Amino acid sequence: MFYHAIVFLPLLGAIIAGIASLSQQHNIAILASIAGVCLSLLLSCFAFVEIALGGQALTVEVARWIGSGDFQAHWTLRFDTLTAVMLIVVTGVSSCVHIYSVGYMSHDKARGRFMAYLSLFTFAMLMLVTADNLVQLFFGWEGVGVASYLLIGFWYHKESAHTAAMKAFVVNRVGDFGFALGIISIFALMGSVQFSDIFANAATYQSHVITVFGLSMPALELVSILLFIGAMGKSAQLGLHTWLPDAMEGPTPVSALIHAATMVTAGVFLVCRMSPVIEYAPLALDIITIVGALTAIFAATVGMTQFDIKRVIAYSTCSQLGYMFFAAGVSAYPAAMFHLTTHAFFKALLFLGAGSVIHALSDEQDLRNMGGIWRKVPVTYTMMWIGSLALAGFPFFAGFYSKDMILEAAYAAHSGPGILAFWLGCAAALLTAFYSWRLLILAFHGTPRASAEVMSHVHESPNVMTLPLVPLALGAIFSGWLGYEVFVGHDMAAFWGDAIFILPGHDALANAHHVPVWVKVLPIILAASGVILAVIAYIVMPSLPARIALLFAPIYQLFFNKWYFDELYDRIFVAPSVAFGQILWQRGDKGVIDYYGPDGLSGFVKRSSGMLTKLQSGYVYHYAFAMMIGVVVLLSWYFSGFGR
Amino acid sequence: MISSWPILSVVTFLPLLGVLFLFLIKGDEASVARNAKSVALWVSGFTFFLSLNLYWGFDSSFSGYQFEEQANWIGTTGISYHLGVDGISMPFILLSTFLTPLAILASWQAITHRVRDYMIAFLVLETMMIGMFASLDMLMFYLFFEGVLIPMFLIIGVWGGAERVYAAFKFFLYTLLGSVVMLVCMLVMYQMTGTTDIPQLAAYDFAPALQFWLFLGFFASFAVKVPMWPVHTWLPDAHVQAPTAGSMILAGVLLKMGGYGFLRFSLPMFPDASAYFAPVIFVLSAIAVIYTSLVALAQSDMKKLIAYSSVAHMGFVTIGIFTLTEQGIDGAMFQMISHGLVSAALFFCVGVVYDRLHTREIDAYGGVVDAMPRYAVFFMFMMLASVGLPGTSGFVGEMLVLVGAWKAAPWVAVFAATGLVLGACYMLWLYRRVVFGKAEKSEVLEMPPLDSREIVIFVPLSLLVLWFGVYPSTLLDIMDASVSTLLSQLNSGSFLSASLR
Repeated sequence: MFYHAIVFLPLLGAIIAGIASLSQQHNIAILASIAGVCLSLLLSCFAFVEIALGGQALTVEVARWIGSGDFQAHWTLRFDTLTAVMLIVVTGVSSCVHIYSVGYMSHDKARGRFMAYLSLFTFAMLMLVTADNLVQLFFGWEGVGVASYLLIGFWYHKESAHTAAMKAFVVNRVGDFGFALGIISIFALMGSVQFSDIFANAATYQSHVITVFGLSMPALELVSILLFIGAMGKSAQLGLHTWLPDAMEGPTPVSALIHAATMVTAGVFLVCRMSPVIEYAPLALDIITIVGALTAIFAATVGMTQFDIKRVIAYSTCSQLGYMFFAAGVSAYPAAMFHLTTHAFFKALLFLGAGSVIHALSDEQDLRNMGGIWRKVPVTYTMMWIGSLALAGFPFFAGFYSKDMILEAAYAAHSGPGILAFWLGCAAALLTAFYSWRLLILAFHGTPRASAEVMSHVHESPNVMTLPLVPLALGAIFSGWLGYEVFVGHDMAAFWGDAIFILPGHDALANAHHVPVWVKVLPIILAASGVILAVIAYIVMPSLPARIALLFAPIYQLFFNKWYFDELYDRIFVAPSVAFGQILWQRGDKGVIDYYGPDGLSGFVKRSSGMLTKLQSGYVYHYAFAMMIGVVVLLSWYFSGFGR
Repeated sequence: MISSWPILSVVTFLPLLGVLFLFLIKGDEASVARNAKSVALWVSGFTFFLSLNLYWGFDSSFSGYQFEEQANWIGTTGISYHLGVDGISMPFILLSTFLTPLAILASWQAITHRVRDYMIAFLVLETMMIGMFASLDMLMFYLFFEGVLIPMFLIIGVWGGAERVYAAFKFFLYTLLGSVVMLVCMLVMYQMTGTTDIPQLAAYDFAPALQFWLFLGFFASFAVKVPMWPVHTWLPDAHVQAPTAGSMILAGVLLKMGGYGFLRFSLPMFPDASAYFAPVIFVLSAIAVIYTSLVALAQSDMKKLIAYSSVAHMGFVTIGIFTLTEQGIDGAMFQMISHGLVSAALFFCVGVVYDRLHTREIDAYGGVVDAMPRYAVFFMFMMLASVGLPGTSGFVGEMLVLVGAWKAAPWVAVFAATGLVLGACYMLWLYRRVVFGKAEKSEVLEMPPLDSREIVIFVPLSLLVLWFGVYPSTLLDIMDASVSTLLSQLNSGSFLSASLR
């Protein structure tokens, strides 16, 4: 019951909140959802101690689900270290966001419904991380997708909001297309979707081959790549990233919880969870590394040109997810999970801080209309500093430990993709620091650019919004230092147990502790340089950015327009699909099938029998009826004649 | 399990008894209409209640036919009155008896003229549907199978929209051509075997070369009913013209006749031909999934959009059936039941707003959520079930079909899985345009919220869709033994299919 409760308490909270919000009982809804999630957090802490620190992995059966022949997928909860880490991250950030939302959404008429959605999301996310088979993981995967859809489109009156919601769902479906095929191909290969079976037998399928469309591929490579396509969708990796910046249309607590700390990391979680399979797929690992590295640098270049405060952080999230992926790609899964955890704290902190800024400035999100408010919002200002320091990886903040570990592991992998990832990651680190301080300076410093009216209303957020920032800030400061030894240090093997599998010989992580000093120091120097550049560009010489933008106009335009991905996809996929559908309908259904089929036939009938007027008189069903009776009479005659 | 009373006959013909009552109603037009509605609802409700006995009394460990009834019909001809159900047909009977009262309730206010005739048509339709699924005699099956069309013609033709004549005619042409060919095949089979008893025919070994032709003959009829591409074009017109309740039954039950026919006739009687033609069916079905999904994207009429989505979903069904794997057939069965519930609910969703604004044009709506928040919730849920969200019934069928398809041929699964993406595109886009946004049209803002009658229709549909999504064993357990038996019949004939190739 204890383990059931962790997962199902948020669902209970969501149901109560949902029902209460139907009759506008917002306080009940708020209480129920917060209680559900906070209790779940409390239990998760116990579970973490028992499972991760105590080394007791276990599974809990709940109920039967889908059983058809040898295809068996049932509701079962799996608790191992990987799950336990995610439990803490999910319920921890979710609790903070729930409480923060009480303040942030206090003026919204539908705040009860909002809380219900948040709890529903938490439940789906917990189902995802506790899944014991791929199909249940897919349940959670789609569940968080729907919750994300509902929350992005929460302000459904806004055209941009429900457009973004739909875009998020559809782009994710493209990833799910790969994921679903991955699941069924694993089943076809191994005869099970159960993790325990898959992990135990993966090694024996190394030489198997799957042939699709005449192309033969090593089975494990194909399976891993298909699963990674799913991960790319959910974690907004290059190519399937376009939904994430638009998802910022949702209320800011949603961005913090779903689009920074938890849901978007599900792809990373999936890759780590499937490490016993992916480890045998060297090509897939290289692809993961390269896609991750490209995403890290791509998103950073876009992030430094955006003016919407939330979009800057969204691209930052995208970039940091890229780091996690290339860590996983060089088999440094513990480092990926480490960064996932620290990132959850400081990125949620940054988003909630940004929400606080937006709140203070009467819903202004454009950095160009901010500035000069740091004295008026001291708590928020401090929090944003802490978050930025952690994000940029300054020594002894959380990001310092996890990001450096990733870069060192990439360097220590001594592979082509690894080195590529290392250098792109270093470049992205420079940009990360640059855009973080660009954001800090533009939002808080300089002369106020908001209207006097708005400036007069600038105020620090209420306690219900600032207090939840405290635990996140503590996490952003200390989680790296606290977690280092167990996640990626000496106690690593005991901590992870069987939850993560690394093939002997894939020793990037082990070697990461013995890289040259310059590799360790370089990221710090780059981060410091990024800050200095930002200070030069936005405080010392404020005219510089515009001049550079003008000087390198083509590159600036490319970055500012997000590398034209949206325009490209619209031209290649969206518009042609609709046009093609129109053509199929008008030319295919009406022009060919109907023209030569029923219409042609009926025209023939009309012409040949002169029934035109009768057919149009509306009595065609009489003919139908007569025809049926005729058939029956014919049959009776035939059979009775035959019988005699 | 043998029941002491002829439960199948009772369930089948009870609605006809109700028709008698309907004829007896006297009085002025208003009171006739009122009473006719009540009688029809009570009769169909009671039929559903009785049909539940099939579920309670069903022995799911037994793979043969249950609740069997057999009586002499036409002398010593080998033609008999033979009813019975197994795990394949029983769920469809429950689906029919479940949807009929809901459909009658859905017509409560929408139908204003010739109400009694309308209710008669619905009850006759119910008898025909149940009889079709319960028949274990080929001749009976044929009579019910074709008989279903008569009340449906009438429902579309009398109570339909402006273009009802064209729609009914198209429906009729397609169906008739298919049926004639099937009838010829049935006569051939009868001449060869001297019986029309379905279990006996299933046990008969037809020569592979003959199977080839017989399969095609049955295929002509079933493919139209499913409908498969390219004989699907009657469906959008029929749906658009049919009244809401007609669409609910058409999509909910009548489209399942083709799939059921494949499972009851084509697979067990022509196993070699089924295996031989499977690749053709895969191609047609894969085209159906992609083609009709794209066409659905181009629609501006809500009902047409959902009608095209039905063709895409039924493409999954035909793929599943002809994978000839346990997961594929289980998935196809599940998909049929699920689609029966979800599409009925979606057509009702259209009907609800049609009753208020009298248009099906998507552009006429927008911002419906403001006027009808609960409607938005139900519509959202059904929309998500339609795109196969895990936790709803839509997912289980699709997943199992994909598993079976990959086993049969991975490329089929790849094409079918594109339906996951395209389905999300057209359904979410539909929902967005109808429900979300700011209601700017005053007539949209003035739409009254769902009344209790409409909620009474939505709630049971939603609960079942959720239940089957969370605990599909309710259905899978019933089907299991029968599907396994069907598969073992197929495998015993597989050496023949090799020679046929």
